Amino acid sequence: MELVQMQKSLQDYTKSLFLEGVLDSQFLQLQQLQDESNPDFVSQVVTLFFQDSDRILNDLSLSLDQQVVDFKKVDPHVHQLKGSSSSIGAQRVKNACVVFRTFCEQQNVEGCHRCLQQVKQEYYLVKNRLETLFKLEQQIVASGGVIPAMELGF
Amino acid sequence: MMNPLNGRGGGLGGSSSGKNQGGESVVEMFPSGLRVLVVDDDPTCLVILEKMLRTCLYEVTKCNRAEMALSLLRKNKHGFDIVISDVHMPDMDGFKLLEHVGLEMDLPVIMMSADDSKSVVLKGVTHGAVDYLIKPVRMEALKNIWQHVVRKRRIEWSMPTTTHSGSVEETTGERQQQQQQQQREAVSADDDDNNSSSVNEGNNNNNNWRSSSGSSSRKRKDEEGEEQGDEEDASNLKKPRVVWSVELHQQFVAAVNQLGVEKAVPKKILELMNVPGLTRENVASHLQKYRIYLRRLGGVSQHHQGSLNNSFMTGQDASFGSLPTLNAFDLQALGQLPAQSLAQLQASGLTRPAALVSKPGFPGGSTTIVDERSIFSFDNSKMNLLHGVPTGMEPRQLAGLQQQHGMTIQQQIAAVRAGHSLRRPQQQTFSRPQQSSSIRQPMLPNRVSEISGFSSGRSSSIPESSSRVLPTSYANLSTQQQSLAFSNFQQELPVNSFPLASAPGLLSLRKPHSSASEVNSSEAGFTTSSYDMLFSSRQNDWDLRSMLSSSHQDAFSNSEAYSSSRNNNNTSRNQQQQQQQQGMVSHHQVYGNGGGSSLKVKSETMAFHEQYSNQEDLMSALLKQEGIGPVDTEFDFDAYSIDDIPV
Repeated sequence: MELVQMQKSLQDYTKSLFLEGVLDSQFLQLQQLQDESNPDFVSQVVTLFFQDSDRILNDLSLSLDQQVVDFKKVDPHVHQLKGSSSSIGAQRVKNACVVFRTFCEQQNVEGCHRCLQQVKQEYYLVKNRLETLFKLEQQIVASGGVIPAMELGF
Repeated sequence: MMNPLNGRGGGLGGSSSGKNQGGESVVEMFPSGLRVLVVDDDPTCLVILEKMLRTCLYEVTKCNRAEMALSLLRKNKHGFDIVISDVHMPDMDGFKLLEHVGLEMDLPVIMMSADDSKSVVLKGVTHGAVDYLIKPVRMEALKNIWQHVVRKRRIEWSMPTTTHSGSVEETTGERQQQQQQQQREAVSADDDDNNSSSVNEGNNNNNNWRSSSGSSSRKRKDEEGEEQGDEEDASNLKKPRVVWSVELHQQFVAAVNQLGVEKAVPKKILELMNVPGLTRENVASHLQKYRIYLRRLGGVSQHHQGSLNNSFMTGQDASFGSLPTLNAFDLQALGQLPAQSLAQLQASGLTRPAALVSKPGFPGGSTTIVDERSIFSFDNSKMNLLHGVPTGMEPRQLAGLQQQHGMTIQQQIAAVRAGHSLRRPQQQTFSRPQQSSSIRQPMLPNRVSEISGFSSGRSSSIPESSSRVLPTSYANLSTQQQSLAFSNFQQELPVNSFPLASAPGLLSLRKPHSSASEVNSSEAGFTTSSYDMLFSSRQNDWDLRSMLSSSHQDAFSNSEAYSSSRNNNNTSRNQQQQQQQQGMVSHHQVYGNGGGSSLKVKSETMAFHEQYSNQEDLMSALLKQEGIGPVDTEFDFDAYSIDDIPV
């Protein structure tokens, strides 16, 4: 694929993520932090986010599977996930966490289970999308191109 | 990262003053090089923050554990200019870290969290955070954090130094400049900051109450001169920042105990300590923080209760050394007010000033200084008496008066005004319905309502915790009420109908054990220094803080924290002091649960604070901030409302 096309694809793809609400402006902030001295900053941070989130989701599953759910343990996890997802711009994950927390407050086990599923769903979605995005970027870079700056015109 | 930057970042606050010793070049570079310590257990956020801060040209040290951060700070007291910390961390509550940093290092601390609920934000304010950022944090928010460093330094510099100081020459000049600037700053405080927190408005006022560290640091700064520990060059003018080592602190505590917490004045403490090079300002600021700690420990309860009871009931000089002015309500808070005392108090009712007086000294023998009903009904005549209470009266004076064998009516009334203790007893003995009605009282309600809220659930024995441990929903109310109460006092007892609703609610929500400790401390704090409270916005602030903190506690196993802390606190004052001495250590231990413990400490400290009055403005500001909700409407706050606090 021609470089220009790849770049265009990347831009379109990224735009779609924003339009779908999978990502929000915080992601742009991350992208702006990336520069020559730190060319992989975004992917590094996102990778870190994935690792951490995997762990949290695991802990959450375990906690919710207990006979007696300890919401005092569940809530901090969700809170942290909310914080980290919002920090990288994973908007839908964050929103799912917000809902999750309200069920935690209500100590609604059933509701929490559903929320966990929802969070996981959103998480895997954004993970998938971002991995695709990074692949596109890598292809561009491998072809000698430059990753186009995100335009905020949409 | 932790190298002392020659004046870079650190202590450059007065960049505009340009008088930093040899800091010309630094001034130009400022704020780059600002040394930031960022603490967050979330690795993603930590990395992002680090990158953002580096992009702002700050020097960043990141840390994912609060304990590690503290030890870093301790090892390198002057190695950082500002700390940014997350609120929710597994090993230590962010607010506790905030307290420690404020007390030990006196650095500006910015709190941040994904939690944007007002209660938590307010907690940040009352704990002395210079700002509160909501995650996700944006670059713009971080770009301006240097202003907090500057502000703090300027405030400190502008404080007139009365004691020795090698840096007189230098600091004087700077100080003048700072003062001018500060004045200008104070005037234009609103424009001054980029940070959203309204707390920063009115530097002068804010300094006093915003955070103990702020005010104390301000004074201390004067004394100590430039706090550019890293700048060796300095001039001989630079006074080293006082480091409150364990020994020094113990000396301090011993002196305070000797004088009696309420009576402990910086000057006397200084004399007793007899430490060369220590200034009154150093002691004053430390005392302020210490009081906050004690308050939080809530240890006042047992000790105070006993004394309170005595003082109130018997009208004798409070046997307790610490809070002679604790009124019945406080006693209740402490949970030690005997039922009968309470009954007496209640019996006397508030309708008569006499009612305020406890048995021996008080007519009607009822310590319940304020009959809930009467209080609420706002007996004007009574209130007038209160009005008559010398507002200018120093807490000490009051304590003295009170101690003379029972409180005079005025005192009682004042105590009633303080609202703390009065309510309590009533709540305890009265049935719920009564309490609800009593809630009417605006002045006292702040405290009382809180207390009642808590005590209602319980038998008379528990009252103390009530005030503090308000369930979150009510916590806000209570704090508001409290603040309102204070503000009211300052405003000559405006009749406000505090959200009585909250009181009943509080009552039901009260958690027996947890609140007890908290309450005790808070109560104690209030009663003893009822006047202080009235006239000291700072106190109010602390009280509010404790209240706020308590309210927020329940999110985090408050009861556990409280009960555990209570146990600790239930020791005598000495013990408390010991705990205090153990300083942060015990603090941590006690408050393993985080939030809860921190609250307790606060209450303790606040209880003993009676030095600082004249903070009406701050009080108002603080109250306003907390005055959100129903109470707000009642009070004519003109400054901040919680909604205005940008986070």
